[in-house]
Amino acid sequence: MTENTTSNRLDTFRKQENKDEMKIQVISFVSMIAFTIIAFALVGTQLMTGAYLSILLFVLAVVQAMFQFLYFMHLKDKGHGPASALIYGGMIIATTVILSLGVITWW
Amino acid sequence: MSHQETIGRSAHKINPNKAPIDPSRATPEGKYKHLGIWIFLGSETVLFASLFGTYIALKNSTAGGPTTQDLYGLELVFLMTLLLLTSSLTSVYAIYHMKNNNFKKMQLWMGITGLLGLAFLACEIYEFAHYITDYGFTFRSSAFGSAFYTLVGFHGGHVIFGLSWLIVLMMRNAKRGLDTYNAPKYNTFALYWHFIDVVWVFIFTVVYLMGMVG
Repeated sequence: MTENTTSNRLDTFRKQENKDEMKIQVISFVSMIAFTIIAFALVGTQLMTGAYLSILLFVLAVVQAMFQFLYFMHLKDKGHGPASALIYGGMIIATTVILSLGVITWW
Repeated sequence: MSHQETIGRSAHKINPNKAPIDPSRATPEGKYKHLGIWIFLGSETVLFASLFGTYIALKNSTAGGPTTQDLYGLELVFLMTLLLLTSSLTSVYAIYHMKNNNFKKMQLWMGITGLLGLAFLACEIYEFAHYITDYGFTFRSSAFGSAFYTLVGFHGGHVIFGLSWLIVLMMRNAKRGLDTYNAPKYNTFALYWHFIDVVWVFIFTVVYLMGMVG
């Protein structure tokens, strides 16, 4: 094999695997863009109003964040147990904090 | 370059014929860095939760000043969202090229990520300047003002920190090439950058969109 012909002489199987993964990443990016456009369109067109719209917007945000965590940040992959525990633990505390601050002000 | 340094560096060189599947987690140091950034991101979640909670509690305390519906506009926020979301994808491309052991393309995509982040930051500075000059809406206007600038400004501060981090990372390693020593550093940055985008998703939803709904 000749030396230094190219910086990447990984075997073709590995490259194909990386490529397949990249395809999934692009699909999740397109989905995230779609969720964003839906969220902005719902507010811009005023098809819905009030509390139901706020709840729907929040659900769209959570779905988009999960795409980001699971695919872009690889939480769905093997060896991400501790990472998942940390971020989900953080989310549970975050929910408690926001709910308690919200409840004492708005209830 | 000293002799010692040469040895230190060659130990991290990647043999393209048996390159690790993920060069950022090929060494113990890389694994610790990966765990470390997730500990950091877990605590950042709690930090931002307290800021979001404060904002939600105070968003109607306008003290006669501008309200959320007076201030926010959809167009700029939509543009900022697209910029940051796209920069998240470009850093995925950078990591993709890292796994393919292609340093130049990784640097290129990291550079594009940085430019998109910079454009986002410019929009945010324009937005704040617009609120201050056209509405007289400052940190001291009301409890809503303090909560708004603290939450959104803290996120902007994270973007500034991320951009500085990226510039230093790219310049320091420009001549080094990719190895198992700096791959974890790039990967750590990419994770941080994605997290900034996650926080922005909640900012554009909870602050801007819900603020316009009322």
